Amino acid sequence: MANNAIDVRHVAKRFGDVVAVDDISLSIGTGRMVGLIGHNGAGKSTLFKLMLGLIEPNAGEVLIAGVPTGGRDFRHVRRRIGYLPETFVTYDNLTGEEVLHLFADLKHVPRAACAEVLERVGLGAAAGRRVRGYSKGMRQRLGFAQVLLGAPDLIFLDEPTNGLDPKGIHDFYRILRDVQAQGATIVITSHILAEIQERVDHLVILNRGCIAAQGSLAELRARMVLPSEIRITLQHGEGSRIHAALAQLAGLELTIERDCVRVACLPGQKLAVLNILAALADAVRDIAIHEPSLEDLFLGYGGAYGRQR
Amino acid sequence: MAGSVEWSQAFVIAGKEFRDRIRNRWVLAVALIFALFALAIAYFGSSQQGEVGFRGIDVTIASLVSLVIYLVPLIALILGYDAIVGEKERGSLDLLLSMPITRFEILLGKFLGLSAALGSATALGFGAGMVVLAAHLTARDVYHYLGFAGSAILMGMAFLSLSMLVSVLSLDRVRASGTAIGLWFFFVLIFDLLLMGVLVASQGVLGSGVFGALLMLNPADVFRLLNSFSSEQVQNMYGLATVMPDTLTNPSVLVAVMLGWIIAPFIVAHWRFK
Repeated sequence: MANNAIDVRHVAKRFGDVVAVDDISLSIGTGRMVGLIGHNGAGKSTLFKLMLGLIEPNAGEVLIAGVPTGGRDFRHVRRRIGYLPETFVTYDNLTGEEVLHLFADLKHVPRAACAEVLERVGLGAAAGRRVRGYSKGMRQRLGFAQVLLGAPDLIFLDEPTNGLDPKGIHDFYRILRDVQAQGATIVITSHILAEIQERVDHLVILNRGCIAAQGSLAELRARMVLPSEIRITLQHGEGSRIHAALAQLAGLELTIERDCVRVACLPGQKLAVLNILAALADAVRDIAIHEPSLEDLFLGYGGAYGRQR
Repeated sequence: MAGSVEWSQAFVIAGKEFRDRIRNRWVLAVALIFALFALAIAYFGSSQQGEVGFRGIDVTIASLVSLVIYLVPLIALILGYDAIVGEKERGSLDLLLSMPITRFEILLGKFLGLSAALGSATALGFGAGMVVLAAHLTARDVYHYLGFAGSAILMGMAFLSLSMLVSVLSLDRVRASGTAIGLWFFFVLIFDLLLMGVLVASQGVLGSGVFGALLMLNPADVFRLLNSFSSEQVQNMYGLATVMPDTLTNPSVLVAVMLGWIIAPFIVAHWRFK
């Protein structure tokens, strides 16, 4: 049987008295794009470093493509890993191309591959310029170029869209989808939850060094049972009629503002609400449904609200 | 560790470090400083005696030694203190470590690259000085001058090795630079004073043999001994009552001690870098 891209087995990591990662087990299959989210101090960076073999766990083991991170053979696995740290700092006196040559040499990738990768991330024209003159976005693109060298099997991206403009973010995810389509496994962290919720196919929510929840966005929504919000814009003066009709359903949270009613309802009640509205179609001008976002889920699974069930 | 060293990886890092120092004109600046000093000292070094002009290689080297002994350690310590802690502080070390390269190869690569920068700047600077003086020099002079330049490079490497150790041990760049400057003060300014103090306080109980052995604890003193022309000169230099034992002024022994000063701090740095 083929190995998982990543197998984290009962891993714990302490720094002095602080438990950064507490008995985490996690398997990530080959070819998946996984989002790792958690508030500051939740253990994301530590888990990243453990998976990259930059630090050794106090307990448990991490296998990358079946190879333990602490072992001798891991060096060869590193050639197949691309990593973009949260802040990509590089050597200002070198040109973009020279920086890439350095990383290509270290990864045993032919230097000839650099030009194409630079072109791919949109730095073709700036390749010969010194990094000193690069904008934050260009530096980030250079960091991404370095990740793509040698078509890695496994990619770790820590807040990868930092400093990128909307066009840059769009280009970045387009390239990432291509890379995933070619079979790469991708692990990504981001504070901008709205940005990754539509793009990853598996989410891992960390809280205080533990996995609070994991699954696809749909699975997490179903498990968390967060209310959806239905916003109904009414014909003028119809507020009380709609309110009276909806009030018959138990467990709804209704808010009326002038000619607009907001209904917070659990997944099972959505159709019932819509049925009532359909019967009163003459009173309704428009309906919009907002599903709980990843941010809502995140807050639910260990964020500030602490509503975890 | 030793069994699985990929030297090519260390050379990649060395090449980058060297190119970096060429690119920011560090090598050129240091070479110019050395060349100017070499010329100035060769021509004006004996102006205290009321003369101007080249007065012979012995005088020139003696003057250069007393200058280089301040300058080279300072330059080497400044060159190296940032090597590891700087990458750590900027956040680029993790990326480097995520590559298929070991910590030993990174450390070695940095050391070799910076040594190449320091070595080429020293060679270029004093080489340029020698070209200008060439007409005045005999083969023996050239030999001594090359010995001087070579030992200056070795001393630079010893202090570079020390500064890499500082870089590995320090929590941040500010502390690293402070420690590096502290080391310079200690080895270049304080050490000899301390030693003289001990010598005087011991009232002759410490023989020149013990004194000579204590000198080996300072790479700057090893450099000074390497560039002395006679044991009498050494005796006068340190105000010793008796001549130092031959073994401690033997160039091979002194070079071996200097190599020890290059290797030992590096080994400790590698041990602590894990």
